[in-house]
Amino acid sequence: MSPPTITDTVAGVTSAAWNGPAIVVEGLTKSFGDVHALRGVDFEVPRGTVLGVLGPNGAGKTTAVRVLTTLLQPDGGKALVEGRDVVHQPDAVRAIIGLAGQSAAIQEELTGRENLEIIGRLYHLPKAAARTRAAELLERFNLTDAADRPAKTFSGGMQRRLDLASSLVARPAVLFLDEPTTGLDPRSRIGMWEVIRDLVSTGTTLLLTTQYLDEADELADQIIVIDHGRVIAGGTAEELKDMVGGDVVEFIVPDDDRLDDAAQAVAGLSDAAPSVDRGAGQIAVRVGGKGSSAVIQAVRQLDAAGIVTDGLTLRRPSLDDVFLSLTGHSAEDGDALPANRHPRSTDHVA
Amino acid sequence: MSLSTTASERRPSAAHELLGYHPPGGNQRLRWALADALTLTRRDMLVWLRVPSFIVFTIVQPVMFVLLFRYVFGGAIKVDVKGGYVNFLMPGIIGQSAAFASFGTAIALAREMQKGIIDRFRSMPMARSAVLVGRLLADTVRLTATVVVLAAVGYAVGFRFENGVLPAIAMLALGVALGVSICCVAGWIGLLVRDEESVGSVGLIWLFPLTFVSSAFVQVQSMPGWLQAFANNQPVTIVMDEMRALALGGPLVTHGWESALWLVGITAVFGYLAVKAYRRP
Ligand SMILES: Nc1ncnc2c1ncn2[C@@H]1O[C@H](COP(=O)(O)OP(=O)(O)O)[C@@H](O)[C@H]1O
Ligand SMILES: [Mg+2]
Repeated sequence: MSPPTITDTVAGVTSAAWNGPAIVVEGLTKSFGDVHALRGVDFEVPRGTVLGVLGPNGAGKTTAVRVLTTLLQPDGGKALVEGRDVVHQPDAVRAIIGLAGQSAAIQEELTGRENLEIIGRLYHLPKAAARTRAAELLERFNLTDAADRPAKTFSGGMQRRLDLASSLVARPAVLFLDEPTTGLDPRSRIGMWEVIRDLVSTGTTLLLTTQYLDEADELADQIIVIDHGRVIAGGTAEELKDMVGGDVVEFIVPDDDRLDDAAQAVAGLSDAAPSVDRGAGQIAVRVGGKGSSAVIQAVRQLDAAGIVTDGLTLRRPSLDDVFLSLTGHSAEDGDALPANRHPRSTDHVA
Repeated sequence: MSLSTTASERRPSAAHELLGYHPPGGNQRLRWALADALTLTRRDMLVWLRVPSFIVFTIVQPVMFVLLFRYVFGGAIKVDVKGGYVNFLMPGIIGQSAAFASFGTAIALAREMQKGIIDRFRSMPMARSAVLVGRLLADTVRLTATVVVLAAVGYAVGFRFENGVLPAIAMLALGVALGVSICCVAGWIGLLVRDEESVGSVGLIWLFPLTFVSSAFVQVQSMPGWLQAFANNQPVTIVMDEMRALALGGPLVTHGWESALWLVGITAVFGYLAVKAYRRP
């Protein structure tokens, strides 16, 4: 392959001149009839960082991704990707982005390799280059063994990885992943996290949407929480968790007479006093980010005080908790999954 | 620059270097649009080779129609055509099969929309026409296979071209062209409806009256008067009469330009609408 001409001028924009954030969104609005999917969204994503867009079903996450990937025209506001305007320079934006949508957009009848080679050809890579790139991505996403099987024989996790690989064929500078782990079982989810983490370590700017606080926590440098088309909070995962008081150690004391002793025993775990629910015989202590070490400490203290407990658990704050503390209402008016539970499937990471 | 090195992965802005992306000039744009379309044509054909039902819909079903009409209904249908009903039937059934092949187009495009495959394409620097043009090119190959097999089966059951080789080829080509134009309409519907099941069940229901209330299987004079008015003036009859004239001999000029106009018109209008539907968010 002869090296392609390197040019900085893309659709009238000199990309070399752009030193601002990889993504700039200002006052973005979009309605579908009466449904205001985006009501003035602002955010920025510095180059080489990961933004987690956290929100329940129907919050407007997909709409935002679709606007940023030129699939949807916004009603108002501005969106720039590497300085290129998504409305006025869509082709320039398309040249530097990758998208993996909410469902795996793969051709199931074709093999993993064929899927990737076709995408390469559609990016106008010469045949040999498309082949090399496909092999490279299959290797990297642990799909080499299955590469020549029709994609419909792949597990859900493998299909998602193939879909992600497809979005990376042209080495996009900015990558958009819309709920990359929704529908995966816990193991595949963690496998996907590893893949994504590995990816961003190479300097790609990533915008990822999710309904799970723990996922945003795992992957994102910065998180914005959106609800009904508005950004209602932003910050690091730690900041969000602090906002809701962090992790909570919870347990039940079957013997009502010992409830106060138990509260006393675990009081040292936190600055905040343990909350005691006398009716349920339950005690809850906010332990900040201390997590499992707080559990061990709690067990030791209670044991030392000779208190028998039932069902001692560590509860990590979920999207629901964040919502409760930010808006006073739960994340859901109805149909979405509780944010701390994940859909199950029979899928496994191969 | 070697594509196999991962060094460029570390450079976040490597994408347009890799692609040498710059706004393509007119010529380049056209070449890319064609290249994209051909890539997708190859993809569509590769997909068909992997789907066992493909051969059923493309070949087995049309052949069964030929046999049914030739041997089951044929005896009851009177026509005044040299060579009898089988000669009348074959041009009609070739056109009808070509038109029904458009189910494949509509369903495939609706599925690609539904699964987000087209969203990915739309997020790539690709020609907007590529998905449709690529599929129509693949459909042309598929239609040609159907039409040629049907002509051969027709020969086995008594059909004869009575008008020489070139008109015979022109007749088959006209059948393919009819199929392609209907594929444009079906493609538009598939891209608009975006739901495989609705498209397959109701999206193409109009194909039944369009092909059956025509001169495909019976002479229009045998229909009630009010139906004749429709049957005589709709494009399928016009094209089929032309195909029949090409196959069996007869006055070519009566419908020649009309057929061409209809086919070009339908292809242009619905091709345009389909590309618009593809762009619609
Ligand atoms: N094409 C559309 N037509 C009508 N309403 C839509 C469309 N797309 C999204 N919506 C609505 O916009 C709101 C935001 O949707 P979406 O962006 O998909 O949310 P999320 O991805 O966060 O679940 C929802 O109320 C949804 O029903
Ligand atoms: Mg969504």
